[in-house]
Amino acid sequence: MSLSAFPIPMDAPEPLVWGLAGVLGVLLLGTAAALLMPRLKPGADHGELRKRVASWWVMILLIAAALLAGRTAVIALFALISFLALREFLSLAPLRREDRLVLLFAFLTIPVSYALIGTRLYLIYLVAAPVWFFLLASFLMCVIGQTKGYLARAAIIQWGVLGCVYALGYGAMLMNVPEAELPVAGAAGLVFFLLVMTELNDVLQYVCGRLFGRHKVIPAVSPNKTWEGLIGGWVLTGALIWLLAPVFTPLEGVGRLAMAFGLPLAGFAGDVTLSAIKRDLGVKDASGLIPGHGGVLDRVDSLVFTAPFFFHVLAFYALDSF
Amino acid sequence: MPSTASEPGWLRLVFLRAVARPLALLMTGADVMHRGRLPKSGPAILAANHNSHVDTLLLLSVFDARTVGKVRPVAAADYFLSNPVLSWFSRRLVGITPIARKVQRGEDVLAPAKAALDAGEIVLVFPEGSRGQAEALGPLKGGVARLAEAYPDAPLIPVWIQGAGRVLPKGAHLPVPLTCCVVVGEPVSREGGRPEVMARLKAALEALRDEAPPLRWREEETALEDGA
Repeated sequence: MSLSAFPIPMDAPEPLVWGLAGVLGVLLLGTAAALLMPRLKPGADHGELRKRVASWWVMILLIAAALLAGRTAVIALFALISFLALREFLSLAPLRREDRLVLLFAFLTIPVSYALIGTRLYLIYLVAAPVWFFLLASFLMCVIGQTKGYLARAAIIQWGVLGCVYALGYGAMLMNVPEAELPVAGAAGLVFFLLVMTELNDVLQYVCGRLFGRHKVIPAVSPNKTWEGLIGGWVLTGALIWLLAPVFTPLEGVGRLAMAFGLPLAGFAGDVTLSAIKRDLGVKDASGLIPGHGGVLDRVDSLVFTAPFFFHVLAFYALDSF
Repeated sequence: MPSTASEPGWLRLVFLRAVARPLALLMTGADVMHRGRLPKSGPAILAANHNSHVDTLLLLSVFDARTVGKVRPVAAADYFLSNPVLSWFSRRLVGITPIARKVQRGEDVLAPAKAALDAGEIVLVFPEGSRGQAEALGPLKGGVARLAEAYPDAPLIPVWIQGAGRVLPKGAHLPVPLTCCVVVGEPVSREGGRPEVMARLKAALEALRDEAPPLRWREEETALEDGA
């Protein structure tokens, strides 16, 4: 069967189509495993694995559809992810009734930030949340007049906006890279590469940890994270990034090396940082929105760090327009 | 205007599925624990805690499209029928069953709710009688036990709504998107008299509240207040 049998746009770049086909292949293998497990190991509870695989299907099909549909769809999808993540984060936080107005203002950063991405106002995007939301929200809280616990609540709300909106927005910002500066996979190829390498790093760290894990790396935050898992995932994902970077990115030489070396570390940092935050909020999973995975925050934790890292390495080493 | 409160109506279904449900999903996430315990058909009585107008919107969103046409929220006549626009919206789109909060001599305030149960519908009651303090369970009124007593075959199902009081608390005008969780309980046993049923209902609601995800929201004494 040829690729043209699938309902994909005719101008979809070939590396992106093959990349998506590869992800779909891995997903089919995972589905087969989830269906076979109950036969190989009867008695054990496999419901969680099945839910996890089913949720992967939904997430991957959604992302694939957005990547094939183009720039507007990808930006809209990231805006939706930011919204769900921020709603989840603020819902868990110890806030009070008089904070409601500031919370509403925090949600306003989503349409504003993504409109700035959509209209390619990169420089204004850079300062909108970290400077102007920071100042205006601080002032708004002061106007409301509650000074008890002011700094703690201000920090929570700022963290929500910078983590869930500003940092994730860098993923959508990749869609603004002009085609002229990119290999054939295009801007959607950049987003694809970022998402796949981030998730793969999570999975490989987990698998290496399960197989070889002995020495805990940061037991106070994440008791299951081991040095063996971290290094195994780092080496494997780093090697894959090094190999595939020329297909999906314009990175060469030092930039290619920096991406391969740094992205897996950024993913690890995002994972454990969000774990620390969830621990402070007193929950293990941020919500039950994605069956088998937890909440949106649990799924995008690594991306909070890898999206800005990916964009900045790319912009510094390989792009003239940013 | 003819009263068509007990007629499902396509307009109401369109409103509930195309407007109310997407809105509830956006504003609250509409997470449900023990969805399988929701009744699939009437007559049935759902008794929920009440903190916000979001409660009704949320509970109408957790039913599937085939059942939701039969769900009737019982709502205060003095508030929801107070002007023609709100009245049309409440009756025709939300599909409320009105109830009088101030009893007049000789009048059965439960008559509209009974009519709905007679018609095989699922009646949704808020036994606290008003929205009260956000995220707190106020004293329960006994009407729900009288209704249950009159319909021994209709299951009385307790439902805890977690978090709606912060999305849109009483007195607030702007809703803030924050996640809510609907926890559905097992039917309450009807043994004994009305006081026993009420005590079990209260205990069931409190048990469901403890089962819901933790809530670290605080109502402070400096909270914005209104007189309503």
